[in-house]
Amino acid sequence: MAVTTVSGAVTDRGRRITLRTRLQGLVPKLVLAPSFLLVLIFVYGFNLWTVFLSFTNSRAFTSTKLIGFANYEKLWTWTFESDPPSSWYTAIVNIGIFGGLYIVFCLALGLTLAILLDQKIRGEGILRPIYLYPLALSFIVTGTAWKLFLDPGIGLEKAVHDWGWTSFKFDWVVNPRMMIYCVAIAGIWQTSGFVMAMFLAGLRGVDGEILKAAQIDGASTYATYRRIVIPIMRPVFLSAIIVLAHMAIKSYDLVLSVTGKNPGGAAELPSTFMYSYTFTRNQMGVGSTSAVIMLMTIAAIMIPYLYSELREKRQ
Amino acid sequence: MTAADLVAAPRRRNYSSQSIVTRVVIYGLLGFFAIIYLVPLIVMVMTSLKPLDEVTGGNMFALPKSLTFAPWTRAWGEAAIGVSDTAGISGYFMNSIKMVVPAVVISTLLGALNGYVLTKWRFPGHKLVFGMMLFACFIPFQSVIIPMAVILGLLGQIGNQLIDTFGFSFGFGNPTVNLVLCHVVYGLGFTTLFFRNYYEAFPTELVKAAMIDGASFFQIFRRVLLPNSTPIIIVTVIYQFTNIWNDFLFGSTFAAGDQSPMTVALNNLVNTSTGVVEYNVNMAAAIIAAAPTLFVYVVAGRYFVRGLMAGAVKG
Repeated sequence: MAVTTVSGAVTDRGRRITLRTRLQGLVPKLVLAPSFLLVLIFVYGFNLWTVFLSFTNSRAFTSTKLIGFANYEKLWTWTFESDPPSSWYTAIVNIGIFGGLYIVFCLALGLTLAILLDQKIRGEGILRPIYLYPLALSFIVTGTAWKLFLDPGIGLEKAVHDWGWTSFKFDWVVNPRMMIYCVAIAGIWQTSGFVMAMFLAGLRGVDGEILKAAQIDGASTYATYRRIVIPIMRPVFLSAIIVLAHMAIKSYDLVLSVTGKNPGGAAELPSTFMYSYTFTRNQMGVGSTSAVIMLMTIAAIMIPYLYSELREKRQ
Repeated sequence: MTAADLVAAPRRRNYSSQSIVTRVVIYGLLGFFAIIYLVPLIVMVMTSLKPLDEVTGGNMFALPKSLTFAPWTRAWGEAAIGVSDTAGISGYFMNSIKMVVPAVVISTLLGALNGYVLTKWRFPGHKLVFGMMLFACFIPFQSVIIPMAVILGLLGQIGNQLIDTFGFSFGFGNPTVNLVLCHVVYGLGFTTLFFRNYYEAFPTELVKAAMIDGASFFQIFRRVLLPNSTPIIIVTVIYQFTNIWNDFLFGSTFAAGDQSPMTVALNNLVNTSTGVVEYNVNMAAAIIAAAPTLFVYVVAGRYFVRGLMAGAVKG
């Protein structure tokens, strides 16, 4: 460490000084140690603990009785149990619908808004914050707002009826089969502005010289975006997809607030499945198994991404 | 971080001159989307200012005919929250503040120290340590929540013993302390990431010069780095504040009844199954719950976006 070479003077008191500087060299590690230890215990230790629990027959309380892969086998058979659908089957189908719509629409809306905003717009300073403010809200607030907005009795359906279109019907938020789409609508409303900000930063980072060259070559605006700008922004797409995918898997409060505590498990997601099996249905073993599956899915998405990001920085 | 600066400082670009029709379409689309993003908030505010019969009987897009602030006072001080005795959300609002302030301060300070060590006092394996802490940002909380419940239960038992012996629990088993612990531990990854990336760009020569002058580890941190860290401190504080204030999963799991944070109380209020649903009071409560983070967003939107981007794109 640099300190040692600087003050490690050779004098009579040399030995004492080297001891002091050695202790000083330890200080940084001692400062970092508590945080690292907390992360080791509360993140890695706890994850391993949950993995362990997934191999036990824990019910209302944790148990140490190992039962092998029985919990995993249970979830595996439930994955295909569609008649009547098990709640795990519903959760898997729903995360597919929700995650798919959430990612695709956030990307599409975010990119559209970013490109529109990049057209030398007057009033960009007013528009940008409007698209972004939902991000500051908690999912519970967002859900509460959308639940009211989509409520057929007092919300959108009622308002359209009042305006004269009396056959208009939009009762998704109280229809168990369509609830998950309402969760997706609220989620897209909340997050698309963020994706817009990511794309806008990407667009502003594109080298102006390349665009000028394209323009001189007579490329239309559409062709410039389609063939030059969007391909350059591939890393932004990757980042956005990864962030959105991991947010979709973690989504929990939004489901509860949009649907009003997920009646009948109609809008079940793996996150709500884990919670209800662990804390209300007293099947902690199954609950922790579903948690492990969530963790593995996120790890499969995040670890390669983080690894490549950290490696790129060295170059 | 540079990416976010680009959002804030748009670089004007010359596209081939667009026709008036194109400009109209662009502004039309931008305006249309702005309305879509704003409508839920406007409906919330208007609903909260109407008497209940006007909400259930009228059109949600109509302006309030008889303006009333009664729903706001009811939400703040009178409304029944779930089965708890405390009336109104004011107490829960305070719970959230008592939880957010220490959690933000501690996690930010630790993050700053970690970032300092990981950039200016590097040791073999610093990259691995950082990578491990970084992954902690992205784990689904479902995979740590069971062990956390067990440990917090143990802390509660210790607290009870301490009460028996000393008549004081020293914070053991206190729901607010528990939530602060959760948010500090699971926020460390992000705060460390923010400060590490910021200090990475901070000139190491200045730190070296201070070392030669005989400054100690902490002196350098306090006199050289901290005075130059204002932007990243603002970003981190805002990011942590928003995340912790908006948290629902930990709050609903580890704090019950009167001790719940704001988001949990709001969810209980909205989903109360007894009596008439007071939509106007619900909306007033939702706006109050959103107010602190919205205020931060309005006042410091630039830093808010920067934090989000740094948390997502890293660098």
